[in-house]
Amino acid sequence: MRYSGLKVITQGLFGNAGWTPAWRDPAPKAEYDAIIIGGGGHGLATAYYLAKNHGLTNVAVLEKSHIGSGNIGRNTTIVRANYFLPGNSEFYSHSLKLWEGMEADLNYNVMHSQRGLINLFHSDGQRDAFVRRGNAMINQGDDAILLDREGVREHLPYLDFEQTRFPIYGGLLHPRGGSARHDAVAWGYARGADQRGVDLIQNCEVTGIDIANGKVVGVQTTRGAIRAKKVGIIVAGRSSQVAAMAGMRLPIESHILQAFVTEGLKPVINHVVSFGMGHFYISQSDKGGLVFGGDLDFYASYASRGNLPMVEHVMEAGMTLMPMIGRAKVLRSWGGIMDMSPDGSPIIDKTHIDGLFIDCGWNYGGFKAVPASGWCMAHLMATGESHEVARKFRLDRFATGHLLDEEGTGSQHNLH
Amino acid sequence: MRLKCPLCGDRDRREFYYYGAEDYLHRPAEGAPLADWDNYLHLRDNPAGMTRDLWYHEAGCAQWLCVTRNTVTHEISGVKLVAERTK
Ligand SMILES: Cc1cc2nc3c(=O)[nH]c(=O)nc-3n(C[C@H](O)[C@H](O)[C@H](O)COP(=O)(O)OP(=O)(O)OC[C@H]3O[C@@H](n4cnc5c(N)ncnc54)[C@H](O)[C@@H]3O)c2cc1C
Ligand SMILES: [Zn+2]
Repeated sequence: MRYSGLKVITQGLFGNAGWTPAWRDPAPKAEYDAIIIGGGGHGLATAYYLAKNHGLTNVAVLEKSHIGSGNIGRNTTIVRANYFLPGNSEFYSHSLKLWEGMEADLNYNVMHSQRGLINLFHSDGQRDAFVRRGNAMINQGDDAILLDREGVREHLPYLDFEQTRFPIYGGLLHPRGGSARHDAVAWGYARGADQRGVDLIQNCEVTGIDIANGKVVGVQTTRGAIRAKKVGIIVAGRSSQVAAMAGMRLPIESHILQAFVTEGLKPVINHVVSFGMGHFYISQSDKGGLVFGGDLDFYASYASRGNLPMVEHVMEAGMTLMPMIGRAKVLRSWGGIMDMSPDGSPIIDKTHIDGLFIDCGWNYGGFKAVPASGWCMAHLMATGESHEVARKFRLDRFATGHLLDEEGTGSQHNLH
Repeated sequence: MRLKCPLCGDRDRREFYYYGAEDYLHRPAEGAPLADWDNYLHLRDNPAGMTRDLWYHEAGCAQWLCVTRNTVTHEISGVKLVAERTK
């Protein structure tokens, strides 16, 4: 079914009884040309572009739970292209362009809202670093505007400008940055992939990867064995466990990232604001809740919930930056399992096993990457060659020293 | 979460700094092949379940601790001083 404004109106007039399911619920076939393990944002986007860009439609996405139950439905929805390092820069730039055409392409409202993103700075040194980053963004063809303190005040009058701890010197405004509805992105790609013939198989956990003579031949699942000559591992926080099924040890440690949302309020925060010194970022959802978060909990964890010290830290940072949010009631908090790489950048690559591919290491920044990751992973799986904007996301870059350490924090997983 | 430091007793998680997996104790010898350094610095078992990792009692006795911990339940089943580790 094609969605349109007219459809919404006519359905509304007739009790919304005519909507059909957005995708089928097929039983797994015995064999596919390609299997994607993981029905999160990246897996679904990969399946969609395999079908759309490469005509590969005999494809299955195997999801152990239901579509959208992982981090795609748990993140704080920030979409931006403000990276600095060659490798990251062109990739996220490509991703943002795909975001800008996503709704028309998928015929799905993902509520992509380019409301502008402001990164605050609090010292001369930080200002210099942001000037440099802004120039890199402009060189890449994206947008960046340096705001001084008064410039920030015009956009964000409610911040505490007088604070002594991290006085606000200014901010880097990225007008095309913003947010999108996270679940809708998963649903939009799921529907698009399904319409092109991809089988989305839910409640189907991959429990083994079958390899013969150095080549992948299929997978074992809770719904039986399925054969395929190409298999992509795209399972975010579970990357290490699934890769271990193929005998691989990855440069990944899993960590929890928490997020918080308040009760619904009238529109008060227009932008996405990030306060790096205090490890805090915030935006307001279309429903009115203030959505915010901070750092990782900092130790390896697979619990889908966080611990209280980080809750306290995030609240303190929020109160330092914008004391007015102390009046809002926090409604919920939750955690997601992040696959932290030791340089903070992702991996999209072949493995040493023929036909086995991996897309992982998105840390806490993989939502904005969903379209380009799917685009590039599909390109890799279909052609066997890295896509030009993802060619630095190598699996062996740690061994060879070609790191992409955007933050410059070294090789400790939790510091990215 | 609380950690029971062998020297200081049961203490709040905020007194400790987390470093990473126990792998960091197995530093390759000088001149070791690159693959060993890659293993040591980057590659991890990253289990969902029991793991051993290193914590520093920063706001306490300033000892490095090797903690046996369940990454799914956050339950801690053992804490040892790295200094007393038998090689
Ligand atoms: C609190 C929080 C805030 C975040 N904020 C942002 C943000 O503002 N901006 C941003 O860009 N990024 C953000 N992120 C990061 C982003 O959400 C992730 O990087 C991204 O969602 C990960 O990719 P994914 O969507 O494919 O993962 P997931 O949705 O987690 O997909 C992986 C899927 O694999 C499935 N799976 C695992 N093992 C198996 C198996 N054995 N068999 C079958 N299926 C399996 C899982 O069930 C899951 O559905 C945030 C993350 C969190 C937790
Ligand atoms: Zn101690």
